[in-house]
Amino acid sequence: MSRSAAMLVMGVFTLYFLTPIWWLLTTSTKTGGEITSTVPLWFTANSFGTFFDNLARLFTYGDGLFGRWLINSAIYAGVGALIGTIVAAMCGYALAKYEFKGREAIFNIVLSGVLVPATALALPLFLIFSQANLTNTMWAVFLPSLVSPFGVYLARIYAAASVPGELLEAARLDGSGEIRTFFTVSTRLMAPALVTIFLFQFVAIWNNFFLPLIMLRDQALFPVTLGLYAWNSQISQIPELRILVIVGALVSIVPLIIAFLALQRFWSSGLGAGGVK
Amino acid sequence: MQAMTVPSTSAEAPKAPQVARKTRSARAQRRAVALFIAPFAVLFLAFYAIPIVYAVVQSLLTVEREGTFGAPRQVFGGLVQYEQVFQDNAFWASVGRVLLFGAVQVPIMLGLALLFALLLDSPLLKGKKFFRLAFFAPYAVPGVIAAIMWGFLYSPSLSPFSAVTSNVEFLSAELVLWAIANIVTWVYVGYNMLIIYASLLAIPTEIYEAARLDGANNVQIAWRIKIPLVVPAIILTAVFSIIGTLQLLAEPQTLRSFSSAINSTFTPNLAVYTTASVPNYNLAAAFSVVLALATFILSFVFLKSTQRKVTQ
Repeated sequence: MSRSAAMLVMGVFTLYFLTPIWWLLTTSTKTGGEITSTVPLWFTANSFGTFFDNLARLFTYGDGLFGRWLINSAIYAGVGALIGTIVAAMCGYALAKYEFKGREAIFNIVLSGVLVPATALALPLFLIFSQANLTNTMWAVFLPSLVSPFGVYLARIYAAASVPGELLEAARLDGSGEIRTFFTVSTRLMAPALVTIFLFQFVAIWNNFFLPLIMLRDQALFPVTLGLYAWNSQISQIPELRILVIVGALVSIVPLIIAFLALQRFWSSGLGAGGVK
Repeated sequence: MQAMTVPSTSAEAPKAPQVARKTRSARAQRRAVALFIAPFAVLFLAFYAIPIVYAVVQSLLTVEREGTFGAPRQVFGGLVQYEQVFQDNAFWASVGRVLLFGAVQVPIMLGLALLFALLLDSPLLKGKKFFRLAFFAPYAVPGVIAAIMWGFLYSPSLSPFSAVTSNVEFLSAELVLWAIANIVTWVYVGYNMLIIYASLLAIPTEIYEAARLDGANNVQIAWRIKIPLVVPAIILTAVFSIIGTLQLLAEPQTLRSFSSAINSTFTPNLAVYTTASVPNYNLAAAFSVVLALATFILSFVFLKSTQRKVTQ
């Protein structure tokens, strides 16, 4: 393939990938009526003002419901992914660096957990949580999100490759406890894998739809995706929601894009761990 | 927690400080393993293993009433629910629909991901960092948001491409499945591309130098060396894509507000959700079990069959 053909292919697909996001940006700067009456995919004369008007309406509509949804998502995904990453890393590390009976059995169970789709668990989880009277609480969405079999898998592969056994022996001779060695030495060596696990767990929770859909009734507990879904399905009755859904969609993808850009250096190098081997 | 196979000397009294230290160390390691594994084990049991068992149990129960207005109570019904599942034409139509979807969408998506990864890894491109980010950006868009966005883009009245959308009805009964396929492809190509690209980067460059000395060109190197070496990464992305396909829910459910062609049993997961909202939890549990099993078997068979091919 020639250089120009390669650039052409990539250029065409850049348009394919970025045009929808560009449309979201330009449309967020229009009033409801302007969406159909102005040039699509471009700004209007007073785009700047309209954008801030839209933002103000987004965050004030329904007593600031949207802000709550953002905070909820940050809690579900941020705190959930953080705890989930630590838990998965500890387990993967133990499976990689210690020999003990049942090690392969545990690893195989975790691996088959990777193949069990999270959505298949949503309904039984709902039934169990309703037995415990815990549906329609934040716990119902938060707790199940902490489990990441793929995180354990990634942590094991990465720990096996990047934490030398001699180093652990040396730490032991220095009198450092196993737990302390893990948190001070090993986690540093595993950093790229940890960032990767965190980010993908974060995205998985942020994007999770079935679990909150089935667990939550109270709008104040919704994550942002479920909230926007609910608004979107009311557009035919409340047309003014259309522009709020569009601006809200734009606002809701900004944190993820920032997180990916900020942590790019780390996760790019950790990403290979899952595929290579 | 399981006992460790590290040689234990606790039976006999330690004779030298060396041995004493080893014994202490072995015991400390055993405790550490238990501590490291316990949190995940507890969470996995509570939110993975027990729900699966619970779903199986629920699927074997059935609701019985004494008379029309009697109090409902659950009794063991054997495979009654499963009989219903297998007779449910709408459910099997939805399974057929997602299998068709997967047979078309997954190869296209992974083919594109592989092409992009090879181009990123080739000396042909300038501005690699930009392309990498641009192609990956859609992955930051949740399925629901992507469906809302594309829903507007597909709608004849709102789309900026009204010249196209007023002639092609993307949201019609014939095309809506492929409209969803486009959304899923749009979101996940970049993600799969990065996984394949990461494993291309891990190939030692000496291999290429040796191939060049033998007179291989770029295409031959890609075809004969790079692709075979990234097969494990492709398999990984394929398994995740298979799992994702059978679990389709957010995109079709969201698009329902744009298209009347999507009914309440359009995908298997939508059927589960619809059945659970009726509510018929026992039947919905049976649907869930069948679906999880099908996903598991399909992924597992794919994994095993491709692994054999690779080692041959």
